[in-house]
Amino acid sequence: MIFFLSFILFLIGLYCVLIKKNLLKMVMGIVIMEYSVSLFLILLGYKKGGFPPIVTAGVEGTNFVDPLPQALVITAIVISIASLALIISLCMRIYQKYKTFDITKIRKLKG
Amino acid sequence: MNLLPLFIAIPLGTAFVVVLLGKTRETYSDILATIAALILAILPFILILTLDKGEVLVYNMGKWLPPQGINLVLDGLSRLMLIIINVVGFLAIVYSVSYMKKFTAKSKYYGLFMLMLTGMNGVVLTGDFFNLFVFAEIAAISSYALVAFGVEAEELEASFKYMVMGSIATILILFSIGLLYGLTGSLNMADVGRTIQGNGSTLLSFSMVLFLTGFGIKAAIIPFHAWLPDAHPSAPAPVSAMLSGVLIKALGVYALMRIFFNVFGFNLQVSWVFMILGLLSIFGGGLLALRQDDLKRLLAYSSISQMGFIILGLGCGNYWGILGALFHLLNHSCFKSLLFLNSGAVEYSVGTRKLNKMGGLSKVMPVTGATSTIASLSISGIPPFNGFWSKLFIIIGLVQANHFVLAVLAILASVLTLAYYLRMQRNTFFGKLKKELERIKEAPLSMCFSMIVLAVACVGLGIFFYPVMKVILEPAVEVLQEGIKYSSIILGG
Repeated sequence: MIFFLSFILFLIGLYCVLIKKNLLKMVMGIVIMEYSVSLFLILLGYKKGGFPPIVTAGVEGTNFVDPLPQALVITAIVISIASLALIISLCMRIYQKYKTFDITKIRKLKG
Repeated sequence: MNLLPLFIAIPLGTAFVVVLLGKTRETYSDILATIAALILAILPFILILTLDKGEVLVYNMGKWLPPQGINLVLDGLSRLMLIIINVVGFLAIVYSVSYMKKFTAKSKYYGLFMLMLTGMNGVVLTGDFFNLFVFAEIAAISSYALVAFGVEAEELEASFKYMVMGSIATILILFSIGLLYGLTGSLNMADVGRTIQGNGSTLLSFSMVLFLTGFGIKAAIIPFHAWLPDAHPSAPAPVSAMLSGVLIKALGVYALMRIFFNVFGFNLQVSWVFMILGLLSIFGGGLLALRQDDLKRLLAYSSISQMGFIILGLGCGNYWGILGALFHLLNHSCFKSLLFLNSGAVEYSVGTRKLNKMGGLSKVMPVTGATSTIASLSISGIPPFNGFWSKLFIIIGLVQANHFVLAVLAILASVLTLAYYLRMQRNTFFGKLKKELERIKEAPLSMCFSMIVLAVACVGLGIFFYPVMKVILEPAVEVLQEGIKYSSIILGG
């Protein structure tokens, strides 16, 4: 089951976010999780021997691939890039203020 | 003419224009943002006046019919949410005109704010899962940026925490959407709802759990609440009012309601999960609020507690429970936004949020003091105000569903609410005025305007609860009680 591959990737990302103490490594964990979900969506759309859904003279049969997952993944990737840019800029600003990337030392908020 | 696309087009267009206008003069961006928000606040009322009570409006993008095309759906529940989002959004914008003066780049603030409104309007109007995800991300990403808007150390830290939690939530939601697509081959909510009926697959339960976790993080229900007490107090006051008053409802509770009632169908397990999570949130949030000494942090914990009431009411699943939950949702957006705006006014004039450094402020800030007292009484459930009715309905719902223990616990929790709000009132607005605070002035006019409107809304919703219930709330309750008939209403047949 190739779907388990993306699930394992997802768990690696989750481990990274939960265990790592460096802000940038946590960000990498999030990115790995996002990739695993993208991979999962792309795998869902895979069809053995499928044609691209463009009806032309030479293509026969009905074995078309559903283009929905591809469109979905492109959108998801664009969104994740935008949020990645925001979170990296947050990390840079945090470094300017705290002079560290260590999450255990960034503790001005309490409660 | 169909007005639905305007709810997304107006704020989205304004978001870009307002940033460009801000480069010429900042006043122009004030004016443009206020006008756009005013139009948005009027539109839902036009819809209510022109449509029949239970009428469902469907707009197919580019005339492509669902399930292939994208559609926007306006039913009773969406109408209620649109009113909350756009009216509170307008008041927050008016408030920001004075409050945001101390920040630079005000036009960028308006841009982000308008994007947040776009996202929330989109979430409540959309009829398919993927757009739900996209609009939720638009609203969420702009809210991450707004929380960090002051770029001070605490704000950045809170925003980072919020963003990590929020990203995990969106990833879980996307995963779950992928699972549903794999099971049904469609992303349209109505179509998915029709296809999965009678399908007892384990993957379906797994996707339900993922949705509950994902939207539970967005709604800050208790095991998933850790980001809220940091993120909401750190944001500028009008943004906190939007986040606490509207965002957690539009992104969290609304999505939970739509998915669990209209797509998956409500059953006994879901009911118990909702009620247990609700109780945890009520008591967890309430007890943690009791020991806070920061004004805005207290309000943030109280938000968690009040969200618990909404989830508990939904968990009942009967008419009174759902009515109470939706009414509490409406009321909470009024009084919690008002309380956050009050805290902003206090911070603006006094310069601190610590409870032990204030006292007797109602003598020097009469408008803030009076409105804050009204809001505190409403949220604690004192009879003539609106909070009383919604909590009463929730308790009636619990009794009707034979959950007597839960009803008693809900009454106790309501007393707990009164306790921490009395403590907040005594420490800030009542008691002796401290010497160093005697020269404090009342907040500027635009800030007072928003606070007075919200306070009038609190009183008005309390006194005229019956017409409000009939016109706005009952169609929304009907939508939830019809449950999985949603798909046949949207798709026809």
